[in-house]
Amino acid sequence: MNGNDFIDPDESLNAAESGGVEAAVEAASAAFAQRPDKDSSFEALLAADQRIEPRDEMPDAYRKTLIRQIAQHAHSEIIGMQPEGNWISRAPSLRRKAILMAKVQDEAGHGLYLYSAAETLGIDRAELLDMLHSGRQKYSSIFNYPTLTWADNGAIGWLVDGAAIMNQVPLCRCSYGPYARAMIRVCKEESFHQRQGFEILWTLMRGTQAQKDMAQDAVNRWWWPSLMMFGPPDTGEAAISGGHTEQSMAWGIKRFSNDALRQKFVDMTVPQAEKIGLTLPDPDLRWNEEISHWDFGAVDWTELQRVIRGDGPCNAERIQRRLGAHNEGAWVREAASAYAVKQIRLQREEYLA
Amino acid sequence: MSTPAVKGGSPERSWPLWEVFVRGKRGLSHVHVGSLHAPDAGMALRNARDVYTRRQEGVSLWVVRSTDITASSPDERDSFFDPAADKVYRHPTFYDVPEDVEYL
Amino acid sequence: MIEAEAARVTAAYCLQLGDDALIYAQRLGEWISRAPQIEEDMALGNIGLDLIGQARVLLTRAGDMDGSGRSEDDLAYFRDERQFHNVHLVEQDRGDFGFEMARMLWFSAYQCELYAALVTSSDEVIAGVAAKAVKEVDYHRDHATQWVLRLGDGTTASHARMQEALDRVEPHVAELFEDDAVSVAAAEVGVGTLPSSLWDSAFGHVSRAVAQATLTLPTESAWHSRGGREGVHSRPMGYLLAEMQHIARSHPGASW
Repeated sequence: MNGNDFIDPDESLNAAESGGVEAAVEAASAAFAQRPDKDSSFEALLAADQRIEPRDEMPDAYRKTLIRQIAQHAHSEIIGMQPEGNWISRAPSLRRKAILMAKVQDEAGHGLYLYSAAETLGIDRAELLDMLHSGRQKYSSIFNYPTLTWADNGAIGWLVDGAAIMNQVPLCRCSYGPYARAMIRVCKEESFHQRQGFEILWTLMRGTQAQKDMAQDAVNRWWWPSLMMFGPPDTGEAAISGGHTEQSMAWGIKRFSNDALRQKFVDMTVPQAEKIGLTLPDPDLRWNEEISHWDFGAVDWTELQRVIRGDGPCNAERIQRRLGAHNEGAWVREAASAYAVKQIRLQREEYLA
Repeated sequence: MSTPAVKGGSPERSWPLWEVFVRGKRGLSHVHVGSLHAPDAGMALRNARDVYTRRQEGVSLWVVRSTDITASSPDERDSFFDPAADKVYRHPTFYDVPEDVEYL
Repeated sequence: MIEAEAARVTAAYCLQLGDDALIYAQRLGEWISRAPQIEEDMALGNIGLDLIGQARVLLTRAGDMDGSGRSEDDLAYFRDERQFHNVHLVEQDRGDFGFEMARMLWFSAYQCELYAALVTSSDEVIAGVAAKAVKEVDYHRDHATQWVLRLGDGTTASHARMQEALDRVEPHVAELFEDDAVSVAAAEVGVGTLPSSLWDSAFGHVSRAVAQATLTLPTESAWHSRGGREGVHSRPMGYLLAEMQHIARSHPGASW
């Protein structure tokens, strides 16, 4: 699962502003038009909406941006295993237990696909994990919230996976081949995630009063953080000045703006909420006939910034669990390496004998 | 917390990178699906089965050490292969298993 | 044996096989997000899912055959501790990864022989579960074996830890292969198999793996677990059930 919300507003830009998406695409197209046939330069490939592959020439800034984005996406999947993973032992039916285990496993798999894609850009997974552990790289801040009740699993599946799908489908057309292919694989497997979250809440809303209250309470806590998953707004006070958005769009890494995706998510989700019978905790939510979209209330961007900076309910716990697993497992990984070396030595001795 | 036993880096960095190829049930050829780290071929194959096929039956898997793959130039511009540039990834990330590791 | 009695025996037999699988799946689920590498989170999750699958079919069968009409969830969430019939091995607290591989090595070796024998069970549901499960538990046993090899014949430190793991699991092994009353009755009706008949092959596999891993089979401990098949469990079981059952029990009659 992935949001665009782990961009640290204080982080220095790793690329110069290009002055607008349209201008960049136009310039690239013009340059392409002037080139001879079969030009496979970076700009030409981008202009033709072709995929950049690991052996291709690419600007160092493009490579660095991608490493960071793909890695943080991978970290999000791995950390994202925890909030739901905490409920496997307590799932209230065997069917739900099995579904939850399968979902969390999928997330592990998605993390692996994404680390694999990042490594094609010349970085080792161990280095990326170091950066996660040290805080140099981030993960989607949505996972810094606790899963307090069984219904939270429903809210996560419905809202958080729903938001992730909004972000991820466009990435299937990302300019970088390995990332795009990883995303296609992820999207295929993710289709059931959102559905099962919806199903959990649907069942609760048709159950006892206690179950209904549980469902509504979970949605009350997860709605606003889900909107924050799309990252800060593109304009206004809370927007990141200069912005990664424009450069990322020029490079074909980002296809839609944060606000556009957020609006799409709201438009999709409001009717679903009505169907389930849940009230979204936004008194300003209202249908805007003129533009055919749902207007919604002001998001508290200071909360997003706080949580990204480390002041969320579960930031410490998520990293500690992750680091704990990593450190406790060191002896296991070392043993596997040692065994592999021994086998190679044995083979060598046999060969030479 | 244990200190790494491998000279020149943490033991995890000595786990080679493997490329994974899958042939589906009725497919005709193996397709590259991604990569993974594993200490040896046996674990690489087993991990690949878990990660890339979810233990589907009738699927054929190949795992190949990334260092064992020789790749061509992307656009045939070069008239000869530069041995230093014939690896699968432009910026190689994998490390050879060190020969002189001591485990005392 | 009259039909009603055969049904009762089948139900009781399915219950204890199902409980073994359910309780071990519960322990394996605890490894998710805590495993030594991400690939291992996936592998242990897969194994846990296989076991839940086995448990669900077996518990459902038990509820059908004992005339109570209880569902898999009724049985999993609303029985008290003294009504669970799993062995002590599967309820033990999670230890380090070596402990888990030692536990899995023994339990999967047992299940491999068990399901191979049950493929010809006269109960069609048990035979069906067994036919599917033989492939699954073969993978589980292979997984544990690969790790025992690497941990035993890895570093000096891992060797010591893996040896200790085998030693700590040892007191819980014998119970798996003891002929309890329900298994004996089930074997007589052709529905089940005698646990003691599974020992030679299971032990053969484990001892070969242990030897190849440069480890030593622990000497038989003075005391070994007993009572699980009669519903008498060890300290960890109460806590395990409290966690597993709490939400379901807080909302009796609810659907999820």
